[in-house]
Amino acid sequence: MTSVSVRDLSLNFGAVTVLDRLNLDIDHGEFLVLLGSSGCGKSTLLNCIAGLLDVSDGQIFIKDRNVTWEEPKDRGIGMVFQSYALYPQMTVEKNLSFGLKVAKIPPAEIDRRVARAAEILQIQPLLKRKPSELSGGQRQRVAIGRALVRDVDVFLFDEPLSNLDAKLRSELRVEIKRLHQSLKNTMIYVTHDQIEALTLADRIAVMKSGVIQQLADPMTIYNAPENLFVAGFIGSPSMNFFRGEVETKDGRSFVRVGGVAFDVTDYPGQAKLRTGQKVVLGLRPEHVKVDEARDGEATHQAVVDIEEPMGADNLLWLTFAGQSMSVRIAGQRRYPPGSTVRLSFDMGVASIFDAGSENRL
Amino acid sequence: MDSIADNNMAVGYETAPASLMAGARGRKPRRTLSRRNIIVYGTLTLVALYYLLPLYVMIVTSLKGMPEIRVGNIFAPPLEITFEPWVKAWSEACTGLNCDGLSRGFWNSVRITVPSVIISIAIASVNGYALANWRFKGADLFFTILIVGAFIPYQVMIYPIVIVLRELGVYGTLTGLIIVHTIFGMPILTLLFRNYFAGLPEELFKAARVDGAGFWTIYFKIMLPMSLPIFVVAMILQVTGIWNDFLFGVVFTRPEYYPMTVQLNNIVNSVQGVKEYNVNMAATILTGLVPLTVYFVSGRLFVRGIAAGAVKG
Repeated sequence: MTSVSVRDLSLNFGAVTVLDRLNLDIDHGEFLVLLGSSGCGKSTLLNCIAGLLDVSDGQIFIKDRNVTWEEPKDRGIGMVFQSYALYPQMTVEKNLSFGLKVAKIPPAEIDRRVARAAEILQIQPLLKRKPSELSGGQRQRVAIGRALVRDVDVFLFDEPLSNLDAKLRSELRVEIKRLHQSLKNTMIYVTHDQIEALTLADRIAVMKSGVIQQLADPMTIYNAPENLFVAGFIGSPSMNFFRGEVETKDGRSFVRVGGVAFDVTDYPGQAKLRTGQKVVLGLRPEHVKVDEARDGEATHQAVVDIEEPMGADNLLWLTFAGQSMSVRIAGQRRYPPGSTVRLSFDMGVASIFDAGSENRL
Repeated sequence: MDSIADNNMAVGYETAPASLMAGARGRKPRRTLSRRNIIVYGTLTLVALYYLLPLYVMIVTSLKGMPEIRVGNIFAPPLEITFEPWVKAWSEACTGLNCDGLSRGFWNSVRITVPSVIISIAIASVNGYALANWRFKGADLFFTILIVGAFIPYQVMIYPIVIVLRELGVYGTLTGLIIVHTIFGMPILTLLFRNYFAGLPEELFKAARVDGAGFWTIYFKIMLPMSLPIFVVAMILQVTGIWNDFLFGVVFTRPEYYPMTVQLNNIVNSVQGVKEYNVNMAATILTGLVPLTVYFVSGRLFVRGIAAGAVKG
């Protein structure tokens, strides 16, 4: 069952097109993350779904009801904002109940809903306090509570964790995930943080310039990015790209990059490669093996430039095939700068893109 | 062995504190009578004196009797303090045929200022709120027209307004003057409120809309409680501006409705009889007392509000 459905949605500010005939279907109970860098239109799309921005063209359906022209309050949505947007002059309790009072819901029902939200988010001790007396994490909890009391089907999150420090962010991230698992509401979550996207989402929509580049589950997005943009955007440090040309020799396929020939015979999409085709080969840092080649596997020599120990992982920056590349290995394996290593590649998990269209092959 | 070691330690212990004590320590000393300080404080004192001197002369003169004033030393403190001139200025001084002093003008000014301030602020704050948060069609054009209005000299508009008021049947009445003050306060007040509301987080407004609050609910329940500083600024601007107004008061009202400023002018400039400087001074101070009080009471809020309103354009 579809919960939220966006049909041919366009939005123009004067001559500037922010969203261009965008289509998106979100299933009931799904956690969908809109991911992109700033200015890609992800917040704009969320505001359109919320009814805070008028669309230029297209339709929006929530629970199979056309809400394109409805007021935000009539759409059955709750929204959480980056800056918390708590009413500063009201206590937490009043913040939670404000919308319900406006909707003229009976006081007993208001009390019941506020109490339930406070219990779920564990903010009962804070009910009598003003927002200024709360920490950032507590404020965002209250902001989530304000969406919770509305008893709606769809939750909209607009970068809710971006104002929090790293530790609180990961705590609240888990809490949002737990909330979704217990409530099973539809949630649309806007972020520029790929970790949030990968950890929270059932599906991720990666956006760029008002267009969805890829819509898939996190693992597909990570392992099989549809195009060069998605591949470069997801992952930190980002995927290593090598521009080269396809060669065929003795029944095996290679991508030649300068003096190095990558054997791509094992690449799943190998059949799509044509000899002489200009391609971009993408290798994630953890898909490069260092001094771990199986017997008979082709290896390449490289020298370590910089070592970045990160605790659990150790990140090596090497010069290879005439460019810098990053490799992630286990934290306890140390290679001081200047070490010579033997690299081997797992082409089964590599990505190859056409250099012209930038699409996955 | 032990004693030698002890000895060494003792020596070390004695020398260390001495080296630590030497040199700079603690708070950095500041010379109070430096060149810089003399220039700064000297200039400030001079400027303060320059502004305070007239006030001093006024107060001193208003407390003297006429014989003492005729001696001619305006800076001398009064030998015999008398409040007679104050009483006379308030309740006995003559303007034209009326001899009930400034009190009549005072109450006229109150009856002009209070409604003008309330009405103009009420309308302008809603204007500013609508312009900042509800970007309706033509909002920019409307705002531009309003701002242009702020730069048109008042004098240009006096005669047309006289005609408009006459046609409305309110020329020469307090109602007419209140309407004029309300309209003329609109551009600057709207600008002030618009900038203030535009500076409030936009997400707060969005959150209220998701919560189902409409135009007026958001205005009264969300925006108003957050806007005390800017309301104080608007109030000060309007109270002092309208209280100090002379031109509109003299043009748009009849003598029995003259505001305090116009009446003060008539008392001070009356050509009959002796010039009673002490009464004039007292009358002037009385007239200036209201704006003065407003500044003193809310000066701090004023500065804060002006800064808040000015940040975002």
